[in-house]
Amino acid sequence: MSALRILVPVKRVIDYAVKPRINKAMTGVETVGVKHSMNPFDELSVEESVRIRKENRAPGGVEDIVTISAGPAKAQDVIRTALAMGIDRGIHVELKEGEELEPLTVAKLLKATVEAEKSNFVLLGKQSIDDDAGQTGQMLAGLLGWPQATQASKVEFGEGDSVTVTKEIDGGVETVKAKLPMIVTTDLRLNTPRFAKLPDIMKAKKKKLDKKTLADFGLTSDKRLKILKVTEPP
Amino acid sequence: MMLPTGRCVLAQARLIGGRAVSISRAYTRSRLLSTLAVLEQKDGQLSHGSLSAFTAAKKLGGTVHGFIAGNNISAAAQEAAKVEGVEKILVVDSAAYDKGLPENYAPLLVENIKKGGYTHVIAGHTAFGKSVLPRVAALLDSQQVSDITAIENESTFVRPIYAGNAIATVESTDAVKVITIRGTAFAAEAPGSGTGAVEEGADPKVDSTSEWVSEDLAKSDRPDLATASRVVSGGRGLKSKEEFDRVMLPLADALGAAVGASRAAVDSGYADNSLQVGQTGKVVAPQLYLAVGISGAIQHLAGMKDSKVIAAINKDADAPIFQVADVGLVGDLFEKVPELTEKVKSS
Repeated sequence: MSALRILVPVKRVIDYAVKPRINKAMTGVETVGVKHSMNPFDELSVEESVRIRKENRAPGGVEDIVTISAGPAKAQDVIRTALAMGIDRGIHVELKEGEELEPLTVAKLLKATVEAEKSNFVLLGKQSIDDDAGQTGQMLAGLLGWPQATQASKVEFGEGDSVTVTKEIDGGVETVKAKLPMIVTTDLRLNTPRFAKLPDIMKAKKKKLDKKTLADFGLTSDKRLKILKVTEPP
Repeated sequence: MMLPTGRCVLAQARLIGGRAVSISRAYTRSRLLSTLAVLEQKDGQLSHGSLSAFTAAKKLGGTVHGFIAGNNISAAAQEAAKVEGVEKILVVDSAAYDKGLPENYAPLLVENIKKGGYTHVIAGHTAFGKSVLPRVAALLDSQQVSDITAIENESTFVRPIYAGNAIATVESTDAVKVITIRGTAFAAEAPGSGTGAVEEGADPKVDSTSEWVSEDLAKSDRPDLATASRVVSGGRGLKSKEEFDRVMLPLADALGAAVGASRAAVDSGYADNSLQVGQTGKVVAPQLYLAVGISGAIQHLAGMKDSKVIAAINKDADAPIFQVADVGLVGDLFEKVPELTEKVKSS
């Protein structure tokens, strides 16, 4: 039985309750002075990883839970939130303010991280609510050649490193089974994330947070998709 | 037929020399645009919604091929080949691909994309497309363009971001453009009198590292939510599953409409998950969308604001839903909806 080494990538996005405004140059959305928080689907992955350990759901146990976020200095806030929710340690890949990564680059970054951290289970949100691409988990699974289960509403661990996942699909649910190592992306019905309590927030400040740069992974933030313009919807 | 001709010109031009090459390249580049539309099937039946990939492919111009894989699908392939303007359908008839498991379906697609030299790959932004296409894109080292609503030219696409609160126009620089399309933005064509060839596709026979265990689909005689021309949707205001069923279902039946729900209604157990309309549920654009007891949060509007006519019944006159509604009624839904149902029935 392999012990789980879980990687939980999180993204800092504009808070879901904020109505985004297009910037004057029509190149994107105004982000300065706007409330940001952890991508809601990532909160579900953080919660699930913590519950897997707390509820002893994996027969091999949970050895380590690490979170990673690539973003500006303020992305550390969402990493601290994840740590306060119960994740062991964090990795911050610092980007310049305004610098953003495409899902394919994030997937490459995560692949390198999985290899370095010897992760065998990656829990990602099914999509980020800013770009709405919904690609990173599947791309990572493709790059690693691992099995994937997207839009999970239930994750169960069994003997022989087996993982059974109930997925939300068009018209209902579907259950698939695979063996570790595996990639799972979360859907809304997976769980209800906890609020971090003040003592946990204080404790989270002492947890380990490694800082890295894209260059450490041999990557750049070059884009394959050029944003020509961003406009208001009709 | 265009594909081999174009290649031939290029080969000849290379032999002739410098100047000819540049001219013929410009020529062959547009000629060589070729799209593989990935079709979906279930139990051997062609999913007609997936034919919207052909609609998008034809907008791009160039050659249009279709791809279908699964168990016992020759009839489905024959049917798809009847869509006008489709040159060829590649078929891989194998039980291994029947459930569309991404671990073997993605390598299967990649093999056929490489073999066919396609410049564009299009699938619907459905549960299947969302699961398989990004994996394909990664294997091709291509940055996928998700959930597009319009095509400006062969490399420029329009897609909503931030729950549809902003519309981005993006240009892809990748050699193979992997795209998922929003079904409501590209109306699926019905098979007509097209005469596409049906050919066997390549089968790399990669074993899947996952296995399909079971499925549980919500059964309904009502129209499919994603493609229905009328949708009635209920929210938190319905208060319970019993009330949801009692109030909403007769209205849906009277209108011949599909039933949808807000996240609040789904989370509270009033309706099945698969009925959720919104940023993270289904995106619908029916002729009529009737929102009952739904406040109209950003995330819900993302899934329905392209509807032709939006009607809302809500007791809160300040509910944001009224800002997008064409027709609004401020009132108690438990009183107004049964009244409306009766009037629709008797008209």
